[in-house]
Amino acid sequence: MEILLLNILNGLSWGMLLFLIAIGLTTVFGVMGVLNFAHGSLFMLGAYLCMQAMQYFDSFWFGLLVGPLCAVVIGVLVEKYLLKKVYNRDVSYQLLLTFAVLLILDDGVRMIWGSGYHIVEPPAILGGIISVAGQDYPVYRFFLIVIGPIIGGLLWSFFHFTKWGKIIRAASFDDIMAEGVGINVPLIYTAVFALGTWLAALGGALSAPQQSLIPSMGEKIIIESFIVVVVGGMGSFPGAFVGALVLGLLESFGTVFAGRMQMAIPYILLAAILLIRPNGLFRKGV
Amino acid sequence: MMNIQKSHSLSGPVLLTILLFIAPLVMPTYWVILLSEILIMGLMAVSFNLLLGYTGLLSFGQGAFFGIGAYSAALMLQAGHENLFLILLAGMLVPLLAALVVGFFSVRLDEIFFAMITLGFGMLFFSIAHSWIDVTGGSDGLPVFALPGLNLFGVVQLTFYAPISMYYLIFVTVLICVCLLRMIVHSPFGLILKAMRENKQRVSYAGGNVRVLRIAAFAISGAFTGLAGVLFCLFNNMATPEFMHWSFSAKPVIMSVIGGTGVFLGPLFGAGVFFILEQIIIQFTENWMFFLGIVLVPIVLFFPEGVFGTLRNKFYKVAGRGLQPPSARGKRQKNEKGTV
Repeated sequence: MEILLLNILNGLSWGMLLFLIAIGLTTVFGVMGVLNFAHGSLFMLGAYLCMQAMQYFDSFWFGLLVGPLCAVVIGVLVEKYLLKKVYNRDVSYQLLLTFAVLLILDDGVRMIWGSGYHIVEPPAILGGIISVAGQDYPVYRFFLIVIGPIIGGLLWSFFHFTKWGKIIRAASFDDIMAEGVGINVPLIYTAVFALGTWLAALGGALSAPQQSLIPSMGEKIIIESFIVVVVGGMGSFPGAFVGALVLGLLESFGTVFAGRMQMAIPYILLAAILLIRPNGLFRKGV
Repeated sequence: MMNIQKSHSLSGPVLLTILLFIAPLVMPTYWVILLSEILIMGLMAVSFNLLLGYTGLLSFGQGAFFGIGAYSAALMLQAGHENLFLILLAGMLVPLLAALVVGFFSVRLDEIFFAMITLGFGMLFFSIAHSWIDVTGGSDGLPVFALPGLNLFGVVQLTFYAPISMYYLIFVTVLICVCLLRMIVHSPFGLILKAMRENKQRVSYAGGNVRVLRIAAFAISGAFTGLAGVLFCLFNNMATPEFMHWSFSAKPVIMSVIGGTGVFLGPLFGAGVFFILEQIIIQFTENWMFFLGIVLVPIVLFFPEGVFGTLRNKFYKVAGRGLQPPSARGKRQKNEKGTV
């Protein structure tokens, strides 16, 4: 029973982190039609920048605020000077270009901060341990479980109830039509990529106290967030939420029922969903 | 007219073959080893490009078949099978079967979805190779100690322990495979593949079975990729799960795009550029990936037909013969979008 509860909590906290990263990825794909290979590297960059900002100001909250914003600057540069040129090109060029950005960011971080592990302490208020069903459990993971749906809900309301959100959705439905009614689509694209970058980097900064930082931390998470996005349906918000929860819980329980083969679980899920519902759980067929 | 074009397009490859045949005789051993690796990865990239360049399918799991080929060779050698032909044959047939299965499930998808499902299948094979320690040796991989020899007509016994004899084994195998692939590309079947790349609906209306044709292309590509894996296993004395990881599957994509997906030998050229670039960069810095990224960006942005393809198109223009370079890719539509 305790094992079950702990696995659920682990699955939820990992799932919420995946959700934050996947909504950035899915928004960028939904609006611009580009699947961003470098998204995981922006996640990693967010964690490192948060750590660096923490060292300057000695406050996790400050790192959480400043780190992702610095990453956004880099994201905007990438969009304005690189991605913009391949929107109309074949998908292999888009993947390869973002892959090049991944290589540059990963190795760039390795050059600046070294390839060793870095550790970030959670803030004092979230640093403790509480007892769950007789087991010690870190408070920070509860924080992650709570913060995920909050940010997701805020974003969803932004897209559905504000003027800017509606403009972005208009541009994602039909960019030519949107341009026709006077919407500055290139500006929207830059803004959306900035938003996606911010979400990835925020996820990285939030994950920093929970895992040790290494330059390759983005490479694991990018594949899993691809899976979340495909499983949920590319471009779908609720899909990303359900997909992230399913994957988080499956991985958490995989250690119990699949033993050594738990590594294969995400890929089996991906293949199964693509075969049964090629458009993902939450996207209507084309 | 037809003859001019044909002789023109063959003179380059023939010259290249002669050069590759002579080169190791005058090169230092280190470069012979490097050239061997270029040829193996070149074979992988050329067979990968049968999918990307000719069929219009971006496979991101090609490493799986490379790895399956390598593992079947390593397992056969461990079991004591010493017949080189048998090993090469098995290293083609096992990946062929695997590619038939993966292709059966994958080819109904297009574009980015196809890339994702092949990536998923590739990583599935990676997970198996990584976790099934009893058979695959886990993350350490399977070492190969004794290389198979080749008995020529009961007269000469060839062994492949010296780098130069290994080079010629690779050279001959790759040469045969590339010729076969070229025949496939120029056959009616190859034409249908190109037609599907341009418009699969029309192929379907004209009576082509798009699904079966795509599976066939996927399986052929997988078989030749597997053979490249066998060669790499013999060359490297090792089969490891890394061959199946998505970052390895990205290599033929990079090589094909560097070289040019619209040119048959472009990916081989791209493999050469990739390795030579690596050699140059690692002389100056450890962070070769960083500079690979820096080099890739302008290639993707400014050479839409790949370096080799773009240069070749320039050449055709300068030569002014009014010849259309064969199999140049048409403009693609913007890919399909989702909704927030």
